[in-house]
Amino acid sequence: MSFDAAYEALTDHDDDARWAYGTGFADPLAGVDTAVPQDVDRGDLSAYCVALGDDALIMSHRLQQWVTRAPELEDELALANIALDLLGQARLLLTRAAEVEDAGRDEDALAYLRDATGFRNVRLVERADADFAHLVARLLVFSAWRLALLDRLTTSTDPVLAAIAAKGVKEVTYHRDYAAQWVVRLGDGTDLSHDRMQAAVDAVTPLVGELFVPDRVELRLAPAAVAVDPSTVRSEFDAVWAQVLQAATLQPLAAVAEESAPGGTGRDGVHTPALTEILAELQGVARSLPGSVW
Amino acid sequence: MTEEIKHEWPLFEVFVRAKRGLNHVHVGSLRAADHQMALHHARDLYTRRNEGVSIWVVRSDDVAASSPDEKEAFFSPSGDKVYRHPTYYSIPDSVPHI
Amino acid sequence: MTDTSVTETNEKSFTETIAKDQRIEPRDWMPDGYRRTMIRQIAQHAHSEIIGMQPEGEWITRAPSLRRKAILLAKVQDEAGHGLYLYSAAETLGADRGDLTRRLIEGRQKYSSIFNYPTLSFADVGVIGWLVDGAAICNQVPLCRSSYGPYGRAMIRICKEESFHQRQGYELLMTMMRGTPAQREMVQDAVNRWWWPSLMMFGPPDDQSPNSAQSMAWKIKRHSNDELRQRFVDMSVPQAEALGVTLPDPELRWNEERGHWDFGPIDWSELKRVISGDGPCNALRIENRRRADEEGAWVREAAAAHARRRQEAAA
Repeated sequence: MSFDAAYEALTDHDDDARWAYGTGFADPLAGVDTAVPQDVDRGDLSAYCVALGDDALIMSHRLQQWVTRAPELEDELALANIALDLLGQARLLLTRAAEVEDAGRDEDALAYLRDATGFRNVRLVERADADFAHLVARLLVFSAWRLALLDRLTTSTDPVLAAIAAKGVKEVTYHRDYAAQWVVRLGDGTDLSHDRMQAAVDAVTPLVGELFVPDRVELRLAPAAVAVDPSTVRSEFDAVWAQVLQAATLQPLAAVAEESAPGGTGRDGVHTPALTEILAELQGVARSLPGSVW
Repeated sequence: MTEEIKHEWPLFEVFVRAKRGLNHVHVGSLRAADHQMALHHARDLYTRRNEGVSIWVVRSDDVAASSPDEKEAFFSPSGDKVYRHPTYYSIPDSVPHI
Repeated sequence: MTDTSVTETNEKSFTETIAKDQRIEPRDWMPDGYRRTMIRQIAQHAHSEIIGMQPEGEWITRAPSLRRKAILLAKVQDEAGHGLYLYSAAETLGADRGDLTRRLIEGRQKYSSIFNYPTLSFADVGVIGWLVDGAAICNQVPLCRSSYGPYGRAMIRICKEESFHQRQGYELLMTMMRGTPAQREMVQDAVNRWWWPSLMMFGPPDDQSPNSAQSMAWKIKRHSNDELRQRFVDMSVPQAEALGVTLPDPELRWNEERGHWDFGPIDWSELKRVISGDGPCNALRIENRRRADEEGAWVREAAAAHARRRQEAAA
């Protein structure tokens, strides 16, 4: 490394073995057949990818809002990693959706040019976090649910979806672990943190039911093993949730009125005002400069 | 007031094995409440670029280190034992595989 | 041996180590002044990384494409990582991160004043990458050879990782310059606002730089402020030309005799104003950092309490 010529030093890639630097970044879709499987409805497959992509995109957005606000610098890194992972999943899924739809759109057209009613994410991901306890409660619910879904999707009959899921499983396993550990630490920490964690658990519980209500697209795609019927992963989720709450000395909210009316969920395009706020922030710059290239 | 702000998480030293067949190498330190958190943090901080296949974390106050004051007594005695080094022995170039 | 002769031996060994261009390591004897200077320099550098997350961080949620969003998020995350590497290096000298953070929040330690300027458009993200990170790289690459081992090693890692920061900025600007007229105007406007602050990043002119001589002798610093500034100007001019933007300095011209670009006088009164806390965003930056630290306190305490309980249960 030449230390005196600033820029040369940076492009001078000596393979100095003393330093652990990463190399060899893998394309998760390398060698994967991108053709839409026979007998699969393109509209349904595209809509399904949009829904899974929107979940990741909006959850990532909420995590991005924590940048520079994390309780400790180490967690700044961790939250950004999770946000990056989910953003990566969103991009792969929206790209797949656009490709299958074949209407000349791309990931950015889907992310930036749809209005709230066009978004298919579950409402859990829209919720703003009142504090760090709310964030980790929401992240635990989201990751435990998504991990169960992705785990099954690794055998999806759409090879692209299967490959995206395989990549996602590794990522979300870590997210779930990170969130679970924090729920336990806060639940079993100080009196103050216990109360805040319990309040966060109570606040997130009403949003859980919706995660397991299949929408029409999922019901049509599940029999051919393209998609997963989310109602089939409920018991897996419940087991994880109960285990973490117990370790955290927290009480599950009894007799919860879960907002899970079929036909009126985020998957149907029914959202809270929070999504409109998120989209104003997410899409504002892109929409204010039409025709721009980035 | 000072007590409250004082950092309560202890310091950990982080060692990363870049790939199979290499030693773990000290890469730096971080703060964490416990070992599990330290491993998580080490993963997030020191392997953002695909750098490792294995991580060790060690509480910094558990590291016993030789003192620079004892440097002479510790390290000089090995300086003259040149017979420990392979180049000390002269072997004709014609002898193969040695 | 008497105390005096111990000190003399130590000093001699320290001076010899520096003279031989070898590194000082954490447990070595070092003069108090060296330790103090080193802690101050590393802490200010760490603070700059952490505060430096804010001006760009504001644009992550608003980035106009998903690719740019991912790049920017990764970059801002790197800055948190770099702050951490540096705080770790400072801690090897006996400093405590919590204490350093408190000094930052209370305004007793500085950070690079460049981060007290606001980011007004997405083009600023590109210009910060190109000019601000470019200037930072010029400053940082020589620091990889800092006489203090942990600092030099942290800087090597940081420089390696930052190699993408400048390039992503320049690439964004190139893309924008190929876009609409409005985008080109945004780029030029951002360049106009960031050029002079970037030049000020190298610090006061050599004849007014109070700590420089001792730092050079201790090999904490390897090049003078003016030397690095000139190097930065020389590198930036052709890059601006390739980009198709005008650097806002009518006196900028090639000096055949010197083999360098001449540039106009810098308004140092403005730098002094910004450093002393009168910049457009000083209060905001510190307030944000203070709030994150305070709002995180109960979380950190809970984790510590939980770890203690676990440990007691295991004992």
